[in-house]
Amino acid sequence: MTAGTDARTTGEGTGEGTGMYAPRPGAAPLPRMIAAQAALETKMLLRNGEQLLLTVIIPTLLLVLFSAVDIVDTGEGKAVDFLAPGILALAVMSTAFTGQAIATGFERRYGVLKRLAASPLPRWGLMTAKTLSVLVTEVLQVLLVTAIALALGWSPEGNPLAVLLLLVLGTAAFSGLGLLMAGTLKAEATLAAANLVFLLLLVGGGVIVPLDKFPDAAQDLLGLLPISALSEGLRDVLQHGAGMPWGNLGILAVWAVVGLAAAGKFFRWE
Amino acid sequence: MRSETVVQVDGLVKRYGRKTAVDGLDLVARAGITAVLGPNGAGKTTTVETCEGYRKPDSGTVRVLGLDPVREASALRPRIGVMLQSGGVYSGARADEMLRHVAKLHAHPLDVDALMERLGLGSCGRTTYRRLSGGQQQRLALAMAVVGRPELVFLDEPTAGLDPQARRATWDLVRDLRADGVSVILTTHYMDEAEQLADDVAIIDAGRVIAKGTPEELCRGGAENTLRFSGRPGLDVASLLKALPADCTAAELTPGSYRVGGKVDPQLLATVTTWCAQHGVMPEKISVERHTLEDVFLELTGKELRG
Repeated sequence: MTAGTDARTTGEGTGEGTGMYAPRPGAAPLPRMIAAQAALETKMLLRNGEQLLLTVIIPTLLLVLFSAVDIVDTGEGKAVDFLAPGILALAVMSTAFTGQAIATGFERRYGVLKRLAASPLPRWGLMTAKTLSVLVTEVLQVLLVTAIALALGWSPEGNPLAVLLLLVLGTAAFSGLGLLMAGTLKAEATLAAANLVFLLLLVGGGVIVPLDKFPDAAQDLLGLLPISALSEGLRDVLQHGAGMPWGNLGILAVWAVVGLAAAGKFFRWE
Repeated sequence: MRSETVVQVDGLVKRYGRKTAVDGLDLVARAGITAVLGPNGAGKTTTVETCEGYRKPDSGTVRVLGLDPVREASALRPRIGVMLQSGGVYSGARADEMLRHVAKLHAHPLDVDALMERLGLGSCGRTTYRRLSGGQQQRLALAMAVVGRPELVFLDEPTAGLDPQARRATWDLVRDLRADGVSVILTTHYMDEAEQLADDVAIIDAGRVIAKGTPEELCRGGAENTLRFSGRPGLDVASLLKALPADCTAAELTPGSYRVGGKVDPQLLATVTTWCAQHGVMPEKISVERHTLEDVFLELTGKELRG
C-alpha cells in the first residue's frame, strides 16, 4: 500500500491508476458491523464526562450519601435495603432514557445518523447496536451499584429472574421514550427536557423518596410512571422477597410498547 | 468504460412543502467524473441526496448502478460512498477512530493509515472531530466516502471552504479514483473545479438541467473564444454583427463594454478593429479570452455563479 504513495502524488493527467482505489465493494458481515457500532457507541458514552456524571457519579453519590446520612425516612430496616433497588432503577433510567436521548439527539443534529444511514449498516442494525451499548453500560452500572451497596451492608433477597425481567422491561420502556424524544425534538430541547425529566422522576418516582410520602391521590398517579414501576418492582423483590411483581411488569410493558411504537413512527433521522 | 451509465435520473420532482426544489430534472451520468454545477439553492444537494436514497422522489425515477436507491437500498449502500456537505461524525470521536469504524462496516476496506497519510490527516489521527479544522473535517468526510472501496462516490461540495492546498489534495484524490475506475458524482459551485476534474458537466438552475456535456462541448469546442473591448456606449452592434463571420455573436454587456464571441483568430481581430476604424471608434482594453463555463452559465441564466 505504501509503495504506491509516491507515484501517486504527481499523478495528474497520467490516467494511470495505481489500483489502490480499484472498486471492491461489499458490506462486512452483519454481526461484525453491529458489534463495531455497539463498541463505538459505548466508547463515546464512557468518554463523555456529562454522561458519566449522569450514569455513574450521581447514582453512586446518592446511594452512599442517603445510606450514610439519615435525611429521608426510608421506613423500617436498613436504609441501603430501601435505596439500592431505587438506585438500580435510577441507573437504568439514566442510561436508557436520559443518556441515550441526549446522545442520539446530538448524533441526529450532527448528521451522524444520516451518514450511517448511507453505510452498509442497516437502520435496524444501528438501533440494535444502540441497545447493546445501553445494555453493556447497564451491566457495568449494576456491578458498580451492587458492589457499593454490598459494602454498605445491603442484603438483597428475591428471585434474580424477576430482577432481570424488570431491568429488561425497564430498559425497553425508557429506550422507547428516550428515542422518541431524541428523534422528534431539537438536540438542545432534548438535552434540557431529558435532564428535567430525569430530575423530576428522581424525586417523584420512588427512587430515594418513598412514594407513600406523597398525598394519596398523587401516589396512584406516580405509581403509573415507568420509574416508579421499576423502583417499586425492584424493591418488592429485592427488599421484601416478593415473587413476580406482575403489576409493575405490566406497567413497564405498556410503557415499552407505547414508547417504542411511537419512537418507530415519529423518529426523524435528520 | 465511459459509456457505462452509473446514474440515470428521469423527470425527478421533489418538493418541500410548497417549494419545488427539483422540477423535472433529467440527468445521465456515465462512468468517470460528473460535475453537477449550479448556484446555491439550484437543487444540487436534493438531487444527489435522492440518488443516495435519502429522499423519495415526488415523481420521476432514479436509478443508481441500475438500482432503486430507496427500494434496493441494502444492495446499493455497500457499492456507493457518500460525503455529506457537513457533519456525519460523532463530535467526540477521534479522526482515525471514526475512519476505522467506517472501514469496519465494509468487507474489503482501504488501509486506513495510508488513506489518512494520503489526505494529509496523518498528524491529526488522535484529534477529536470537534477540534479538527474545517478543512480537516472535510478531508475526513472524503476519506469516509472512499474507504469502503466503492464503485461510485457522491461528493457534495467537497472543496467548499478549503484552502488552495487542501483543494488540490482533494482534486488529486478524485483524479486517482477515476484512474482506478471509480466513478464520481460531485456537486460544486466552483467553475474551475468542474473544468479541472469533470468528464461531464450538468449545469442546473432552479431545479432543472439547463445544459450538459463535456466542459469542452459546453464551451463550444474550446476554439470558441471571447473578444472584449471598450468603446463609447451605444455602438451599432447590429452593424458590427453584419461585418463579422456568420457564426459570431456580438453584444454590449454593459454600456461601453462589448463582447464578440466566435472563433477568435487574427482575421476576426482585424475585422473588429477595421469596423471600429470605419465608425470612428477607438477600441480600448481589447482582450481575448477563452470562453469559460462561467460565461456559459452567465449566458444561460443571466446570473453570476458564486458561492
